[in-house]
Amino acid sequence: MNTKQLKQRIAFSIFGTMSFIVVAILVIILGFIVIRGMSAISWEFLTEMPKDGMTKGGIFPAIVGTGCLVLGSMVFAFPIGVLSGIYINEYLTESWLKKFLRMMTNNLAGVPSIVFGLFGMALFVNYLSFGDSIIAGSMTLGLLALPVVIRLTEEALKTVDDNLRLGSYALGATKIQTIQKVVIPIAFPNIMTGLILSIGRVSGETAPILFTVAAYFLPRLPHSLSDQVMALPYHLYVLATSGTNMEESRPMAYGTALVLVSIVLIINVSASLLRRRIQKKVKMN
Amino acid sequence: MGKGRRIFEKVVTGVLFSSSTITSLTVILIVVFLFKEGISLFNSTPTEKNYVIAVSKVNTVPVITSNQLADIFNQDITNWKQLGGRNDSIIRLTVNDLASIFTEEELGPNLEFLPVKVNEYVKATPGVILYLSKSQLPSNFEGRVIPVKKITVKDFIGGKHWYPTTEPIPQFGIWPMIVGTLMVTLGAILFALPFGMATAIIMSEVADIRLRNILKPVVELLAGIPSVVYGFFGLVVLVPLIQQLFKLDVGETVLAGSIVLGIMALPTIVTVAEDSLRTTPRALKEASLALGASQWQTLVRVVIPYSKSGISTAIILGIGRAIGETMAVLMVTGNSSNIPTSFLQPTRTIPATIAAELGETPYGGLHFSALFALAIILFMFTIIINLTVEVIKNRNRRF
Amino acid sequence: MTQAEAKNVNVWYDSFQALKDISMTFEPNTVTALIGPSGCGKSTFLRLFNRMNDLIPLFRVEGLVTVNGQNVYSKDIRLDEMRKKVGMVFQKPNPFPKSIFENVAYGLRVNGISNRKEIEETVERSLKQAALWDEVKDSLKKSAMELSGGQQQRLCIARALAVQPKLILMDEPASALDPISTNRIEELIFELKKDYTIIIVTHNLQQAGRISDATAFFYLGELVEFNLTKKIFLNPDNERTQNYITGRFG
Repeated sequence: MNTKQLKQRIAFSIFGTMSFIVVAILVIILGFIVIRGMSAISWEFLTEMPKDGMTKGGIFPAIVGTGCLVLGSMVFAFPIGVLSGIYINEYLTESWLKKFLRMMTNNLAGVPSIVFGLFGMALFVNYLSFGDSIIAGSMTLGLLALPVVIRLTEEALKTVDDNLRLGSYALGATKIQTIQKVVIPIAFPNIMTGLILSIGRVSGETAPILFTVAAYFLPRLPHSLSDQVMALPYHLYVLATSGTNMEESRPMAYGTALVLVSIVLIINVSASLLRRRIQKKVKMN
Repeated sequence: MGKGRRIFEKVVTGVLFSSSTITSLTVILIVVFLFKEGISLFNSTPTEKNYVIAVSKVNTVPVITSNQLADIFNQDITNWKQLGGRNDSIIRLTVNDLASIFTEEELGPNLEFLPVKVNEYVKATPGVILYLSKSQLPSNFEGRVIPVKKITVKDFIGGKHWYPTTEPIPQFGIWPMIVGTLMVTLGAILFALPFGMATAIIMSEVADIRLRNILKPVVELLAGIPSVVYGFFGLVVLVPLIQQLFKLDVGETVLAGSIVLGIMALPTIVTVAEDSLRTTPRALKEASLALGASQWQTLVRVVIPYSKSGISTAIILGIGRAIGETMAVLMVTGNSSNIPTSFLQPTRTIPATIAAELGETPYGGLHFSALFALAIILFMFTIIINLTVEVIKNRNRRF
Repeated sequence: MTQAEAKNVNVWYDSFQALKDISMTFEPNTVTALIGPSGCGKSTFLRLFNRMNDLIPLFRVEGLVTVNGQNVYSKDIRLDEMRKKVGMVFQKPNPFPKSIFENVAYGLRVNGISNRKEIEETVERSLKQAALWDEVKDSLKKSAMELSGGQQQRLCIARALAVQPKLILMDEPASALDPISTNRIEELIFELKKDYTIIIVTHNLQQAGRISDATAFFYLGELVEFNLTKKIFLNPDNERTQNYITGRFG
């Protein structure tokens, strides 16, 4: 073996080991949470209110709360995100406006989640006097998810072959008819993947809901949009750092972490399965 | 095409356009609201609204800054000489102290004699510095209310002390947090960059389809785990480990934050770097291989130089991810407001400070404004990062 | 001695068979043209000789491919050493985004040559051989990307010559160029024949007729006819070759 090949072998073995470590990190984190969390999981844990200073009982209100927030944020972000994705991809040619809108979307995507929290508090909670409420939290999370939805919608629309658009125009269809009848049906599964991915993103966020909706301890279900709720990520934070009895609430924390991770991972995995199925279909056509 | 149809198309286009402006609008609103709440910090004196600082009439110091006040109350400054005044040692006094100097009889049952006593005391004590509410100030005050300098941007950014709730003089210096944020971020990148690049290279240049089908989901899953879960893992696993390993009093350190953030920045770096490595035209790689270069030589001499703008983007986006991360750092860095001098000391970052303190801060107060001002600094960091990425993207990548 | 040879070669991409039982020999100091319609396998065949197809997933080869009497696909062959002896010029000019000098020097550097004088001499000789020296000798430090398309392609030829290959593979080297540049490349190929063996894939039948000694006609992965160029163009044995040459399909 000459030095050239030796060098290559050494370099690639080091890199290979390093990527193996990356895989190991994931396995360790997930394995740790699954093993520790499993013993806490039970039907009661998933369906009951927390009790005894959050050392016993379940996390049902936090699950419901996260569900409400995800739903609320998507009701807000999904239509707006898809519509603006359509506008940017279908209506704008490479103009300054397109560049500008892209840049602003990227800027928004880069804003740290805690700044969203602050902004949500200043605008929705205080200025619009929604108070700490599902509506304030959902809007804040929705704004955070908006760039994700827009970008994924744009990507989904880009996969639609231009010839199909041209074909539709050639038959006398208008732009909107073309988008409605040709572009969206083809891009639809990919857009849905985008929706699922943004749900995954939203359901794990803590910082944006800290000051807009999340309740430290609220052992009942919400009655209206102006109620506060508990939420899984915040509940985990509370259990991990500031419970009344940290030692005794540890199992609850592991269980909450496992539930949260499972939800997020199931969402991510189903999105990538969906995507893979779409790709296969496209290939077959 | 009928008239109704045309109107319909116009309306739809309008709706589409309005939707697309929401992101821009949000960015603008974020700026407006952060500044609206944050800017008032710089228009106010650091004392509480209804309180004043008073000194003796013979005192020659014209104005006083909040840092000096803090030093006086911490007894770091003990003589007016140190502030350019007369040689009088400083006697610090709050209203509560007055109650212990004078008897209840002297002050009267409803404190009606308080103003008189204040006047007496101030007259008799040239070195006095008095902190009291405006209502307690005698109408014929025989001392001097000394103006307190407004908080400047320089004090805010350069100030080394963050004691936002200290009475009587809170201090809003964010230098420790800037240092903490930068150190944690630097550590995170030092960790994430080699591992991220190695994984990206393996994925784009070495791996066969099977290995790629393992690595890609791994990276996606790493990206999907919520930050609070990383924080929790760091808290229960990494922190005790670091504590034992380095025999520290507390394991919550810059290092713990760096590792957790590094793991969180990994997916960003891997994805962006891999994408950019893949943009290298196959023709260039083939030309290199056809000349007898090994795969490694091709990587180092052709692929990496070709994709260096993409790789820099990956690094910058990784920094962006790390700098703004809140919950995980909050849970593992120990929230000390001292300036860290090594990776084994606790620290606190800008986002962690906001998250930890905003919940307990009354709306509209100085502390509240200070946290928004902190957010402005953070926001500026991220805007700079985004603009840098934009510039790199638009620059001609050709040699 | 035969410079290169293919014996009963079959190639698959996954389940698709791209080449079917091809056997050909290439004599030293000749130019052989590979012609045929798109997708007929001629590029795949060309790329067997420096194993460029290895990069494609699910690629599989059977049969014997030799260069200088050495089995290219044998297990104990050193791939980089082998590739060094086989130069390649690609369809589109693909200079590295480096200086003109560094482009030509690249093959030397990656093969462990660091003597500056040696590198400078080789760069000059290769550029002269590629008929580019006079045009670029004062601007060797300039980026290769600033050259015209034709100049870039001659630079790529010089780059290939610098490592002193015996066999040069050309994959439609003039298809992206204007007629004048094409002409210069053809003249160059004619010159290079004195020192090298050249296999060239081309779409341009006139070009094949002008520059090659032998011509092989590929169709749907099969070698339909392989003979002296004159024979193929004037009096082909096979009817399909006849049809292709006279432009009835393809």
